[in-house]
Amino acid sequence: MTESIRPAEPYIQIAMEHRVGNLLLSVCCELNAPWTILFGPSGAGKTSLLRLLGGLSKPLHAGSRGRVTLRGRTLMDLAEGVWIQPAERRIGFVTQRPALFPHMDAAANIAFGLHGVSGGARRQRVAEMLNLFAIEPLAGRRPGALSGGEKQRVALARALAPGPQLLLLDEPFTGLDAALKESILENLTRWLGERNVPALYVSHDVAEAFQTGADVLVMREGRIEAHGAARVVLAAERERLLHHLKD
Amino acid sequence: MDWQALLLTLRLAALTTLILILCAVPLGYWLAYGRSRLKPLAEALVALPLVVPPTVLGFYLLVLLGPRTATGRALASLFGHPLAFSFAGLVVGSVLYSLPFAVQPIAAGFESVSTEVREAAILLSPRPSAILTRVLLPLIKPSLLTAVVLSFTHTVGEFGVVLMIGGSIPGITRTLSISIYDQVQNFEYGQANRTSLALLSISFLALLIIYLRRGMARSNAAAVSAGLSGDAQ
Repeated sequence: MTESIRPAEPYIQIAMEHRVGNLLLSVCCELNAPWTILFGPSGAGKTSLLRLLGGLSKPLHAGSRGRVTLRGRTLMDLAEGVWIQPAERRIGFVTQRPALFPHMDAAANIAFGLHGVSGGARRQRVAEMLNLFAIEPLAGRRPGALSGGEKQRVALARALAPGPQLLLLDEPFTGLDAALKESILENLTRWLGERNVPALYVSHDVAEAFQTGADVLVMREGRIEAHGAARVVLAAERERLLHHLKD
Repeated sequence: MDWQALLLTLRLAALTTLILILCAVPLGYWLAYGRSRLKPLAEALVALPLVVPPTVLGFYLLVLLGPRTATGRALASLFGHPLAFSFAGLVVGSVLYSLPFAVQPIAAGFESVSTEVREAAILLSPRPSAILTRVLLPLIKPSLLTAVVLSFTHTVGEFGVVLMIGGSIPGITRTLSISIYDQVQNFEYGQANRTSLALLSISFLALLIIYLRRGMARSNAAAVSAGLSGDAQ
């Protein structure tokens, strides 16, 4: 991904304080970049943050405070009692485990999230998604007959089919070979870029942040430790990697 | 062979099973996914018929549905006759007595659906009915079948509750198991043997269906696992 065009208003605004188990998630930030990579050690609260954004976790504790907006649309405002249901948030969410519906073939999985769409438009959208991830021959296959990479591509296609306004990616490419990952990322970033859909992407790959020119959000112990362009936020890490290469 | 008792028993078992499945799906869903503090209480109440002697359950139902209680009188005015010693009373008793045999397999089925798959459906569909009918129920088909078979056969074989609440009125409350009891009381061992064989066959066939389907349930579990796994097959 090249240097991105910044929107007039932030894609996402997050102000949240919520306890998840022993972790106090305290996040306040605005995401302005089309592609933001979320870094942090295990247990830093990355997945918890994504689940809250997606509406899969509901902050019900007495001390929880939070407000989340997506392109100016309030998804959650605990003080005002606003809570938009997950499927109405228009957020795509792909996790490390693809979680496909095992009794449906790939095409039916992709079509599942298409509501209020006529039969023809539905078929067209499914065909577009199958084509985007080069999985047309897999349309009639059930998840049990797919490889790991194929399942993950179907999961991505399923998340994009309803036309989300935000894509959340929680380490979806773990375990895939580099060439496949690069190919998927290329198609994905192009599709998102054409439609101006931002993505928040949990990854452990520092080099990827430099390659994509993304913004980086570093989390530690439930808080945001740093936020900004990769070359600034990860400058020390970059030096360490370069030093490692020289050795 | 008491054909009238056989038909009555099959009618009772079919109606009971239908009512039980309609109740057990929402109740099992709530037990599997609900967060209420009342869940342990509900679970204990659902499981109670497994440990309480049928005669005890039958006795309380007889009292509750009889004309001496407000509930009994209200139901009598609703149905036009007291529920005790009637087919409708038998249905009420059978539904309560077989409740755990329908609810527990269905709740276990819902619990067996992975959180990731359920959350994927929640993210994609705003309609809980679509999630239930298109994702969850197809995935718990083996559990539904188990619930149907167990509810049906358990109702076919019940004795204590039926005897307490319905007595032995031919064509109205005399089921196969009551018929066997009456035949033995009258020293009609040949008749009792034939009726018993009918009950034995029904039970054996039902169990055979469950065990034949077990292989399919395993395949389904493997498919669920395949849907989640990122590994190549």
